[in-house]
Amino acid sequence: MSAQAQKRASFADYAPAATGVGTVLAFFLIMELLVQTGMVNRFIVPPPSEIIGSFGRVIVEEHVFSRFLQTLIECLTAGVMLTVFGVAGGVVMNRYKLLQQACETWVAAMASAPIVLMYPLFLVIFGRSAWTIIMMGFLAALPPVILKTIEGISGTRKVLVNVGRSFNLTPSQQFWKILFPAALPNIFVGIRLGLIFALINIVGVEFLINYGGLGQLINDLAERYDLAGTYAAICFVILVSVLFFMVLEKIERWLRPVD
Amino acid sequence: MSDTPNNAILKADHINVRFETAEGPVIAVDDVSFDVRPGEFLSVIGPSGCGKSTLFNVIGGLLGSYQGTVNVAGETINGPHQSIGMVFQEESTFPWRTVTDNVAFPLELTGMGKAQRIEKAKHFIGMVGLKGFENRYPGELSGGMRQRVSLARTLASEPKILLMDEPFAALDEQTRLLLGDKVLQIQQELKQTTLLITHNITEAVQMSDRILVMTYRPGKVKRIVDIDLPRPRTSEIVGSEAFGRYVAQIWADLREEASRGMREQEKHVMDEAPQG
Repeated sequence: MSAQAQKRASFADYAPAATGVGTVLAFFLIMELLVQTGMVNRFIVPPPSEIIGSFGRVIVEEHVFSRFLQTLIECLTAGVMLTVFGVAGGVVMNRYKLLQQACETWVAAMASAPIVLMYPLFLVIFGRSAWTIIMMGFLAALPPVILKTIEGISGTRKVLVNVGRSFNLTPSQQFWKILFPAALPNIFVGIRLGLIFALINIVGVEFLINYGGLGQLINDLAERYDLAGTYAAICFVILVSVLFFMVLEKIERWLRPVD
Repeated sequence: MSDTPNNAILKADHINVRFETAEGPVIAVDDVSFDVRPGEFLSVIGPSGCGKSTLFNVIGGLLGSYQGTVNVAGETINGPHQSIGMVFQEESTFPWRTVTDNVAFPLELTGMGKAQRIEKAKHFIGMVGLKGFENRYPGELSGGMRQRVSLARTLASEPKILLMDEPFAALDEQTRLLLGDKVLQIQQELKQTTLLITHNITEAVQMSDRILVMTYRPGKVKRIVDIDLPRPRTSEIVGSEAFGRYVAQIWADLREEASRGMREQEKHVMDEAPQG
């Protein structure tokens, strides 16, 4: 490969990430301009420079890393639970068609239900603890994992199922060697969606019950009307999300290197 | 119609398949009997809709409800049988497995050790001409290469009978001829008994010892043609005069059936169309 071609290839590798960072920087610049010129009220949206300036204070004074870790652990616990129970639920519903016909609509309806409003009930059951937050995140995130698992398994190409049949596979082999790997891309879409729902609900419930990680910190900062600090804490929530997606993508590539 | 020698490795006896549809029962296969001798290459040819693929599913054990019997080496089969290896019309490689892992799939099921199955898979990969592509995924291969992976995977299970349902139907004519060469070479090398379902006359004459011509619905045996062309064969045979004669003979049989099929399909479309 010539030096020029190598240069082109390396630019093509980094272009998406560079464009992404560039877009965020451009957005910050525009917002800075709008706030500084008074077109956007600085008491509603603080200037990005002020948010960036508050990072040090949030890290040192508000112990943001321990809160970040707490939210991360809650998300991880909910994520593991929703993967195990969501995928298993989808598999069972796909296996027993009557169950699927009876419950699929309810599961889909549950996806759009405002489960977060049920937090008083969960407070009664689990107390003001991390488990209330985890369980609410888990329940809110369950429907997409179940639905996408059903979609993935039932959408397996018939010819692949027939290949399994032609090799006389047992039902268990048929599932683990064909149906499950064939459904993996859909299952991962479900888990990704589930994690988004879980993170929103976890941070939301932390905010509502004023307990735990980043949600509570955002609540505290908002009540103190520390807007720059509030937005800085929100940036850490986004960081949790980014971390999860990166890890998930690695796992998916490990399980299914090429589609 | 068919003779029934005692040494037949595959024997289909009075196969009848009937489907219930919204417009009433449809007889897809009507009293089809034939046999395949060890090492023989038999093709089943017929127009679209004549029940060829239904017959493929019956012999492969994928269709449960039919009348008649299918015998493999004297044993009546009632479902998928390890003696029959199937190659499907649709692309059927596992996209999440490398070429080696795809081909080693049936060996994995037998509990063979990893080193041994990789070694054996490599042998079959080489046989279908994919040496150098062992660690590629199907998504990185062309359609013809993927079909060769499927063929190698089936061959790796060392079936007594190779059953193929229009495996090259989705490929262009040139690739099809070249892959035909590859199949012929493998069939001759392994003395592999092969049953090919196809609608392609050239492909059938190029590869077969005998060709079973089916009628349009209901699918019956119209004629069995012996192909007396020299072996070993390659795709160069398509230029010979004898080849042309066989193609013309089979087309004469098929033309009537294909025309009837086309007329019936047109009538069906007309009947279905809203009256204006």
